[in-house]
Amino acid sequence: MLLKIKRVPTVVSNHQKDETAEEEEGEGCGRNILSKCCINEARLPLYTCKPAEENVTFLESLLLGEWEDRFQRGLFRYDVTACETKVIPGKYGFIAQLNEGRHLKKRPTEFRVDKVLQPFDANKFNFTKVSPEELLFQFEADMPLDADNSPSVVAINVSPIEYGHVLLIPRVLDCLPQRIDHKSLLLALHMAVEAANPYFRVGYNSLGAFATINHLHFQAYYLAMPFPIEKAHSLKISTTNDGVRISKLMSYPVRGLLFAGGNSIKELSDTVSNASVCLQNNNIPFNILISDSGKRIFLLPQCYAEKQALGGVSSELLDTQVNPAVWEMSGHMVLKRKKDYEGATEEKAWSLLAEVSLSEERFKEVITMIFEATGCNGEEEEQSSIDGDFIRVHCCHSVKEEAVSN
Amino acid sequence: MSITQSSASLFSTTEEKEGTFNARYSLWIKEALDELPHSFTITDPFISGHPIVFASPGFLKMTGYSREEVIGRNGRAFQGPKTNRRSIMEIREAIREERPVQVSILNYRKSGSPFWMLFHMIPVFGNDDGRVIHFVAVQVPISGQKMRNGSGCSEMVFGSCRREVCLGSFVHQERALPVECDEQELENWEHCEASESEKLKSAEAVGSVLSVLTRYSEFAGRLVCGKRNCLRGADCLSSSLVISLGRIKQSFVLTNPCLPDMPIVYASDAFLTLTGYKRHEVLGQNCRFLSGVDTDSSVLYEMKECILKGQPCTVQILNYSNRKDKSTFWNLLHISPVRNASGKTAYFVGVQMEASCKDIESKELRPETRQLSVVGAVRVAVRSSFMATC
Repeated sequence: MLLKIKRVPTVVSNHQKDETAEEEEGEGCGRNILSKCCINEARLPLYTCKPAEENVTFLESLLLGEWEDRFQRGLFRYDVTACETKVIPGKYGFIAQLNEGRHLKKRPTEFRVDKVLQPFDANKFNFTKVSPEELLFQFEADMPLDADNSPSVVAINVSPIEYGHVLLIPRVLDCLPQRIDHKSLLLALHMAVEAANPYFRVGYNSLGAFATINHLHFQAYYLAMPFPIEKAHSLKISTTNDGVRISKLMSYPVRGLLFAGGNSIKELSDTVSNASVCLQNNNIPFNILISDSGKRIFLLPQCYAEKQALGGVSSELLDTQVNPAVWEMSGHMVLKRKKDYEGATEEKAWSLLAEVSLSEERFKEVITMIFEATGCNGEEEEQSSIDGDFIRVHCCHSVKEEAVSN
Repeated sequence: MSITQSSASLFSTTEEKEGTFNARYSLWIKEALDELPHSFTITDPFISGHPIVFASPGFLKMTGYSREEVIGRNGRAFQGPKTNRRSIMEIREAIREERPVQVSILNYRKSGSPFWMLFHMIPVFGNDDGRVIHFVAVQVPISGQKMRNGSGCSEMVFGSCRREVCLGSFVHQERALPVECDEQELENWEHCEASESEKLKSAEAVGSVLSVLTRYSEFAGRLVCGKRNCLRGADCLSSSLVISLGRIKQSFVLTNPCLPDMPIVYASDAFLTLTGYKRHEVLGQNCRFLSGVDTDSSVLYEMKECILKGQPCTVQILNYSNRKDKSTFWNLLHISPVRNASGKTAYFVGVQMEASCKDIESKELRPETRQLSVVGAVRVAVRSSFMATC
């Protein structure tokens, strides 16, 4: 039995058509607008990561400048800055946005949600079908560029969640499916580092964790507010040989891991890649949030799509049509109905995310798998580790956390 | 036209930054603050970069820096690679929300050696206009209670802690054994909890500094206080918005279309340099003071139409500067409405580009792109303003 759910896909490109419509009209793969010559013809600005001394605001200026240009040219489906947004009162500061235009009023299509690894399908929409005007610039980590390498590009998301919402597509012409590989995650991490702005986050959704397009891409946007997940306390549970610290999230509705440190960007990136590949190979859907200008990376396994397909989610929750992708998991919720927006409470946000989270037992199994994949020792270190205002002594499991709020 | 901020410029404007601080309070404020024994700094969110404008002798002694090395720098300068990221975020968010914060954090001295301290910061408000005038930050070194992460010297401390807990009682923080630890250890601690007496010390210090500021501001007739006593006026931007805008290095202004005659409510440093005016001369004024006899009135009309329609536009307009030579310049001006969190237009942004600079712009970014990037950066900053938090 194939596990499927129905949902209305978000349109990220103006050339993206309804997949069902395509099949019915027998259009086949459609015209591949983007090919090597088109990229060169588009005369995309090229950004390569520079050594630290150079002007660190350059990537930000390039991204914002090009985005604003497309914004004024009307390439977006709506003005996201005209969408009302607020912080939900409460301890965590979940962020809600009323966006009636993001989701189309179309017939929902069927999405397969039971396989995290699926082969690339050229017949479905992919980023080679994006019009050159939606591309902002080429983004590469290394100089000198290898001319044979397919370029990595940054494109606009025509249904933005926030201002500056872009898609990073590594080696676009290689048509990689949506799965993490070491080189691509490193590129995404470089982008977060180069942007040098804690309010610019880079995110990733695996298949089964609400990625809608099976062509490798990351997303990013600006929001000058903290995400609730960034405020969550964490408990360190291990350190890799490369000095990458792995912690687990505490007092947050979603069970997840936080990776930080490491002797270099590459070591941090590789650790997260190893963990992600492990999840992929075990068919566990997950989201990744690269935060704090690339210094902290959250890895969030989830089970929502499967639950939904098996009918385990309440209809009330389903009616909100909130699909918990990386941004929602981080605490930024886009709501399409006014009543959901006006009635948004911290409890509701919490309970939605709690539905998405793996159970404690399953999460423990996942941690064990990930420790193996990242070369950590299999046990949680016995220690007392304080992060923030509460003290939790590990040796006595019955000692309750004494949480002191800020 | 862009202005890059080199470290040399920090030192050359030390006098300027101290001067701005002195201007708020009556004479001898610095001498009064110098007499306090505590380690503290005072920062000004309305100066680009949110720099330190006063550092106490206690702070200089603790960190090993001289006054000239500290004035003009942002507090981030004392953080380092092992400073806890979440603590950094807590401080950043407290500043953004204009509220007090007390957090333990690892800082670094001039010598490079790390030390733990309790960082206690409060906003200081103008009594009459309700806006944040300064932030006062007190630093109390933490010596006592230690919890370790990883193996190391505090085995003894930890051991006794563990036993105590298993016996059902909790180690009283005051009784912690002072332990000699090398610096490597200090950096590896995820956290270092301050004792109750250290927390009391910081509160005391904050109170002392605040009472000096209050007294001297009262003498100057421009009272400050630790609590916001009135709502900030519509013509006054929040300090967090000002801090965000202060990061944009190009020339631009924000005007408020909801106020009569659409006055300037923010002007960047680069705008002041370009036009030769002082900040207090332009805030509250409509931009028309930049136009003169030879300014094309049809261009002005075009701008007015776009503003009424709420549309962006770019015009080339002759402006009159207040620079020494009173020269005119061709301004490639781009204006656009900017919305805040409510989704409604809150401001108009005007980004100036001196036409002669257009061709000699950096080869890396097209001038048009750079101009639009200012609009984008302003949009991001304004978007989150009005997002109320408690």
